[in-house]
Amino acid sequence: MSFINYSSREINCKIVYYGPGLCGKTTNLQFIYKKTNPEQKGKLISLATESERTLFFDFLPLALGEIRGFKVRFHLYTVPGQVFYAASRKLILKGVDGVIFVADSQIERMEANMESLEDLSINLAEQGYAIEKLSYAVQYNKRDLSRVAPVEEMNKLLNVNGVQWFEGVATTGVGVFETLKGVAKQVLLELKKHY
Amino acid sequence: MTGSDLVMYDNEFQKIDGELQRLHQQANANVVFLVDKNGQLIASAGDTHNIDTTSLASLTAGNIAATGGIARLLGEKEFTILFHEGEKDNIHISLIGQRIILVVIFDRRSSLGLVRLRVKKTSEVLGRIFDGITSKTEKEKVEGGKASESPFAEISDEDIDNLFK
Repeated sequence: MSFINYSSREINCKIVYYGPGLCGKTTNLQFIYKKTNPEQKGKLISLATESERTLFFDFLPLALGEIRGFKVRFHLYTVPGQVFYAASRKLILKGVDGVIFVADSQIERMEANMESLEDLSINLAEQGYAIEKLSYAVQYNKRDLSRVAPVEEMNKLLNVNGVQWFEGVATTGVGVFETLKGVAKQVLLELKKHY
Repeated sequence: MTGSDLVMYDNEFQKIDGELQRLHQQANANVVFLVDKNGQLIASAGDTHNIDTTSLASLTAGNIAATGGIARLLGEKEFTILFHEGEKDNIHISLIGQRIILVVIFDRRSSLGLVRLRVKKTSEVLGRIFDGITSKTEKEKVEGGKASESPFAEISDEDIDNLFK
């Protein structure tokens, strides 16, 4: 649900990072925050526990620039990944324009990835969205670790619809902006279709 | 895209802004905000210089969403008013027409009673304005939008690439 304001000539869109606990959603946001010019970003807000696990959400407003005289702003959110925060995760998907599913490439996290993806489909459906119709991309994160699953296998398990996917190392920023750009592009092209 | 996007033109923005200015004055408030339920700031009135309005909008929407979640667990449809009392400042948050959140920040120069009274009146007016906006957006979507004026019809891959340079 984008917000298009002709008065202030702004387009606001919401992108949510989804994925299992400790897959690197917050790290994606932290890297974007670190690498963006101060005038382009607002505060990075993290509602986290004392042990730095996301409790409710992280939020980062980004003003990327202008398209045809309209300021384009993206509001980036992460969900809490841990299974027992299901109720909070659902709330954050409200009014979403695009979703980035961050998968943990470590072999032993594959089940957690699949569980989270299933949870995403269910929660989206509850809000009246279908994953196939949404602006959506997958990021295979933590590619720098030693025991990771091959991308082909991850695509088979987590990307049956063959959507855009990216390899990432969020801690060093590999693939972070590429993934964001991939989904942002889909969101803006979707707007073009409707308006 | 599922659900309805919110599209606001200058004419409606002026009306909303006028209502917020009036509420700001009549309620003796420090700041008045209007936020979309998804966390987008729509308009504000009063002294916003020292406030991070974008963050405030997002957190308020999160707050309303969490409270709405609690309401449903208890079998309530929604809690439409939230009030937080601080040492100096207080914040009154109310939901208008299930879609828009009105936030009033005030201190001891005003009172909860006055704020509630004024918010009630403003809510009715704003509710009508937003009903108008929603039906207009829906209508334009059905009719294929105002393609000739739309700034989005022309968006190219290059425009988008430029955003990420």
